Amino acid sequence: MTDPNVTLQTICAPSEDVVARVIEDELIIVPLASGIGDADDELYTLNPTGQAIWQKLNGARTLAQIADELAGEFDGTRADIERDMLGMVGELARRKMVVAQ
Amino acid sequence: MPTYHQRVKQFQKPIGSQLGQLDLELTERCNNDCIHCCINLPAHDANTRAREMTTAQIKDILHQAADLGCLRVRFTGGEPLLRPDFEELYLFARRLGMKVLLFTNARLITEHLADLFARIPPRVEIEITVYGMTRESYEAVSRAPGSFAQFWRGVHLLLERNIPFIVKQSLLPPNRNELDQFEAWAKTIPWMKKRPGYAMNFDLRNRRDDEAKNRAVAAMRFSPDETIALLARDEAKYRKNMDEFRAKKFMGAPGDKLFNCGACAGRSGCVDAYGRLQPCMGMRAPELTIDLLNGKGEGEQGRGEDPTNHPTTKLRDALGNFPALHELRATSPEYLRRCAQCFLKGLCEQCPAKAWAETGTLDTPVEYLCAVAHAQARYLGWLGENEYGWEKKMRDER
Repeated sequence: MTDPNVTLQTICAPSEDVVARVIEDELIIVPLASGIGDADDELYTLNPTGQAIWQKLNGARTLAQIADELAGEFDGTRADIERDMLGMVGELARRKMVVAQ
Repeated sequence: MPTYHQRVKQFQKPIGSQLGQLDLELTERCNNDCIHCCINLPAHDANTRAREMTTAQIKDILHQAADLGCLRVRFTGGEPLLRPDFEELYLFARRLGMKVLLFTNARLITEHLADLFARIPPRVEIEITVYGMTRESYEAVSRAPGSFAQFWRGVHLLLERNIPFIVKQSLLPPNRNELDQFEAWAKTIPWMKKRPGYAMNFDLRNRRDDEAKNRAVAAMRFSPDETIALLARDEAKYRKNMDEFRAKKFMGAPGDKLFNCGACAGRSGCVDAYGRLQPCMGMRAPELTIDLLNGKGEGEQGRGEDPTNHPTTKLRDALGNFPALHELRATSPEYLRRCAQCFLKGLCEQCPAKAWAETGTLDTPVEYLCAVAHAQARYLGWLGENEYGWEKKMRDER
């Protein structure tokens, strides 16, 4: 399930209530405050594509602009990239790990 | 859709991490004066306080741990909440992405602190040691007037805010007859998924600093028979668990290799209140600890100074020394005759840390632990009345 309010025109940034750490090339997201994520003892990891998306969520670019950049970096149709990115960001938004600006 | 992110339930086995968990003893001081405790200097001992690591030094170590991939830190003591900078250190660790496991007696949990835990949760259950279910029994152990009411208040502050915690008990003469009452209460705590843990085979002073207290502690330990009576309260379950334990080959003679635990993997460690890295919380033999603040003697470094101004041993380098513990061999003839040949090794708590606390050597057999292990083995039918674990192995090999 994703956050339906997340669209290509949305500008997102990582929540201040999570900590993201790279440990030996693996990006790990640790919920800091209560109510983030699905359960209190869970952490999250991102695969390389997920990391690329996460690192572009800077609170300044729309998801459409980020999709443009990803299209230059990854194989796949623009439609596939948009769908996958909206899926991931939407899920993270539902978990309050990213916030719309 | 490709899986771009993945939830991970537990990070006991961190991804690519060089350091799984760091234990930090924030202080050896405690606001209780428990009759059995192996680490409880007076709460207001100014000399001890002055020797403790500064806030900056602890943060530096936490930072180094984070750089090594550490995602979990245990704050223990003494009573870690005695440190006035506890909140600052807690938030610092959490903001490094670490889960914080807090060992406490709960007496110093205030509304403010409970609110903080509600807002920024430790992400792992707080562990509270309980010393009695009544004021009389609790304070007969803690020897701190008013401590029972404070403990109870702390517990309720956590319960009111739904902050996960679990309880464990030190079983001592003043509270031994309260076991059922304690367990009935423990069952009402939402986060208690299994029976509480108990301390009953107490460690001696692991600073080896008080012979009189050691004698008192030894007198309060559960006898081997009392230990079995507690372990085997649910006899069928106990026997089943122990048979499974044996079947999984956790039993077997260790030979002369001294360290058979995870302490030598270099993926965990304990920093004492003065900045010395130990292989584990129990091991304080000076020759096996590494001063992370070296370059200055204990207490010489001024509070609040930037630790980077001083020569320090980096945590990474210090941890790198621990795998060499694998190479240490026992030389005590008695250890080599008994412990090295004993198939009960998996059942026995004998280890270099316990041996050092009891005897001052790493490889002297601890008779009490040997007696407890043998009593269990005899109860379980693994040994006859007059058999010993080291003889059994030799006989089986013949």
